[in-house]
Amino acid sequence: MRVRGLHYSFAQRAIFTGIDLDIDRGSVTAVMGPSGTGKTTLLRLLTGQLQADRGVIEVEGEDVAKLSRAGIYRMRRRMGMLFQNGALLTDLDVYENVAFPLREHTRLPERLLRHVVLAKLQAVGLRGAYRLMPAELSGGMARRVAMARAIVMDPQLLIYDEPFVGLDPISLGVVLRLIRRLNDTLGLTSIVVSHDVHDLSTVADSCYLLSGGGVIASGPPGTLATDTREDVRQFMHGLPDGPVPFHYPAPEYVEQLRQLR
Amino acid sequence: MRQTRAIELGTGLFVLLGFSALFFLVTQITNREFGFGDGGYRVVASFEQVGGLKPGAPVSMSGVTIGHVQEIEYDFGEYKARVTMRIDNQFDRIPDDSDAGIYTAGLLGGQYIGIGPGGSETFLAEGDQMQFTQSAIVLENLISKFLFSKAAESPDGQPAEESKP
Amino acid sequence: MLASLTREILQSLRVALQALGAYALFFVRLLGEVPRTLLRFGLVVEQVHNAGALSLVIIMLSGLFVGMVLGLQGFDLLERFGSEESLGSAAALGLLKELGPVVTALLFAGRAGTALASELGLMRATDQLAAMEMMAVDPVRRVVVPRFLGGVLSMPLLAAIFSLIGIFGAQLVGVQLMGVDSGQFWSQMRSAVEFGDVMEGVVKSCVFGVSCSLIAVYEGYHAVPTAEGVGRATTRTVVISSVVVLLLDYLLTAAML
Repeated sequence: MRVRGLHYSFAQRAIFTGIDLDIDRGSVTAVMGPSGTGKTTLLRLLTGQLQADRGVIEVEGEDVAKLSRAGIYRMRRRMGMLFQNGALLTDLDVYENVAFPLREHTRLPERLLRHVVLAKLQAVGLRGAYRLMPAELSGGMARRVAMARAIVMDPQLLIYDEPFVGLDPISLGVVLRLIRRLNDTLGLTSIVVSHDVHDLSTVADSCYLLSGGGVIASGPPGTLATDTREDVRQFMHGLPDGPVPFHYPAPEYVEQLRQLR
Repeated sequence: MRQTRAIELGTGLFVLLGFSALFFLVTQITNREFGFGDGGYRVVASFEQVGGLKPGAPVSMSGVTIGHVQEIEYDFGEYKARVTMRIDNQFDRIPDDSDAGIYTAGLLGGQYIGIGPGGSETFLAEGDQMQFTQSAIVLENLISKFLFSKAAESPDGQPAEESKP
Repeated sequence: MLASLTREILQSLRVALQALGAYALFFVRLLGEVPRTLLRFGLVVEQVHNAGALSLVIIMLSGLFVGMVLGLQGFDLLERFGSEESLGSAAALGLLKELGPVVTALLFAGRAGTALASELGLMRATDQLAAMEMMAVDPVRRVVVPRFLGGVLSMPLLAAIFSLIGIFGAQLVGVQLMGVDSGQFWSQMRSAVEFGDVMEGVVKSCVFGVSCSLIAVYEGYHAVPTAEGVGRATTRTVVISSVVVLLLDYLLTAAML
């Protein structure tokens, strides 16, 4: 997957001003950045849910912007995506949720379908929970079911949108491990969007750090951690003050105290 | 799977209930007669005045409903209203010299056709025309007639010109 | 002052027109997907169950009470003219032509419409619709159209059930309680009510079914994806549906009289 000179603006606000990404087949790529830099927007652009103003997005050599609606749907069948909270369909149980893409896109006989679904659930360790409804799952379990659903069509690319938000350390460890394992055993390419620097650096092959509408740093996690530039350092080490100021812009403290509101 | 079956059952019940309600409304609440059941036979009668008679109005003998008005049209040959009635088959022994009149049920009720039996030995059959008819009474005509006759009776006034001596 | 007022009026006119246009386009899109959805009838059946079968109890109860009130009020009114026997025809005509379709539509908006809007809004807020998009499944075809069709199919049936139960409710009060002659009640009803009257009610409830379902799925599908947005969508569904039903009722009555 290749991205060149991506520009995108929403409601007259420029969100991306020229982004270049290269994502290698079989790798786990982390996209990091402070809140509000448009990480989720980037994913929507990559998957064709949004149209870029300028620039080229190529997935497997195909220009996403030039694809028709049917073409985008065809492309998405080779992608799996995991949303922040799993986005399981609330009126279907775990089994039916995982079976959903198969039922929509294939005419597999019930026996075969059952084999596939149970195998994918086994891969995420939730084969025993196939009868539960999404409301009965914990956050970590819901995300694992969503992972099973995302890989049920055997995609080549798996995209994770903030997969670690609100997970306890155990679930987080499980999800983290699964990202790596699924990537390696199924021969996938993975993109993980997050701001959890430390967790991500343990699984990612390479990182992109987004800020202010562009990529400010890229490379393997190790080199990013030792980067000396101020803005990179602040993000990677979670420093409270730096190029992103601690204080919201305000007049002089003493000055404001003197004013009667 | 059991859940799906319960949904299908509930839905089926609902649809059945809905359509039977609709069916009941159309067949039982309205005066529309449908082609099924015993079809009955048709009888025609001509009236000077049908008043507010409408298709679907009952046709009765001595208060028993024996059929319904099927069609009302204007006949330019006779300059009269031509009313087609459908009489149920079980009432197949109405003398062919019976008379038909248009009456009102109550002061504000709907109008219906009342049939008074004649004395003939032959009975009405499909397509027959009834000879003796009595038109609907139009209230306004009745009132004006009454007023004119009152005027004619008055002792000191001149008899009205229209009134017969 | 005057200029700003005109500008504001023009502005809100523009917004209203825009909303109307958006509704029309969405409606056309739904219609375009209808044939394909009918091929997967199981999905529609499920929604007929949600919109229709689950509304049955409230519709039947309301129908009974509306009919009983009609019996009571109608009797009181007609007795003044000495024509209590007409109670049957008055109640039946009132229910079939007006109260059946209209009250059913209002109850439908409150029961099934809000359920639809909040369900779709919640699916939007929890990324379920986006997830379907990502699984290359068109959420309009898979989720919205079956719900729309379920509502459209349920409404006339609900209205018929409402009217029928209402007539029995009126009969209950008029004949059993107030002592109107049972034979007169039914025979006057049957001679007064025509096939066209029943059809008028059916046509009305079909139109209401389309508009109420459209409003519910539109508001739900386009809900702002937050908890507040979902709440707003359900409120808007009830308000818009009620106003539209009453407006359309007047137009339809005027057209069919």
